[in-house]
Amino acid sequence: MTITTGPHPTRRLILQGVAGVALLGLGNLPFAPARAAANDKYPEEAFKQKSEADAIKALYGKTAEPSDKVKLDAPEIAENGGVVPISVTTTLDKVTSISFFVAENPSALAASYKIPDGTIPAVANRLKMAKTTNVTAIVEADGKLYSATKEVKVTVGGCGG
Amino acid sequence: MASSIRVRATANGDITEVQALIQHPMDTGLVKDAKGEVIPAHFIQRLKFECNGKDVFVADWGTAVSKDPYVKFSFKGAKKGDDLKVSWTDNKGGSDTTTAKIS
Repeated sequence: MTITTGPHPTRRLILQGVAGVALLGLGNLPFAPARAAANDKYPEEAFKQKSEADAIKALYGKTAEPSDKVKLDAPEIAENGGVVPISVTTTLDKVTSISFFVAENPSALAASYKIPDGTIPAVANRLKMAKTTNVTAIVEADGKLYSATKEVKVTVGGCGG
Repeated sequence: MASSIRVRATANGDITEVQALIQHPMDTGLVKDAKGEVIPAHFIQRLKFECNGKDVFVADWGTAVSKDPYVKFSFKGAKKGDDLKVSWTDNKGGSDTTTAKIS
């Protein structure tokens, strides 16, 4: 989890960026089966991204728009940041995945769920939160991204130490 | 060894509700132990539910999922008595599988 400490950090970052773009490019090739296969892998890169925007980009390669059809249920105040019950439901059609992001965690992406045909687009789980911050749920429906965000106040952080 | 997975699947009409609780430390790799040594990251990366030969739910998890994770979802197309297969793999190559009957 350390930031690059080599003599040329910027150069390395640029190289990483290039590699990332190349990967995204591959994922976007027009033949669909390859895309599906790529999507079937554990999204390691997305989980490594620190900021929410980067994590969304790494996972989906596009940006989300807020939607009132995504309902995010999270507590106003979480007494224990180690266990914050968060759930999401949506009335959107053709949902293919639901992901949870915690903006100021060491890495923003917390969990990503694939919703195959026939599965109801609603998930409940429990996440860790380092401190008071926004929780965002992103629903991928019919190829587009929709989001809902809620701030959760954390009185004791979930990263121990 | 007792299974690390506790799963309850209940069919109500066409919809089956699944609740799963897994015993796993879900260490982030950021926390230090009493001696000040970092506890290495150890967390479930993928959790999969299969029913009648089809994936019904796939979870990809990072370290921000709570210890002893819990998840709830529902799906259509199964009936009472069908098998629901649950399996997970973690970042250290560990895994576990269990099969539950939908009731």
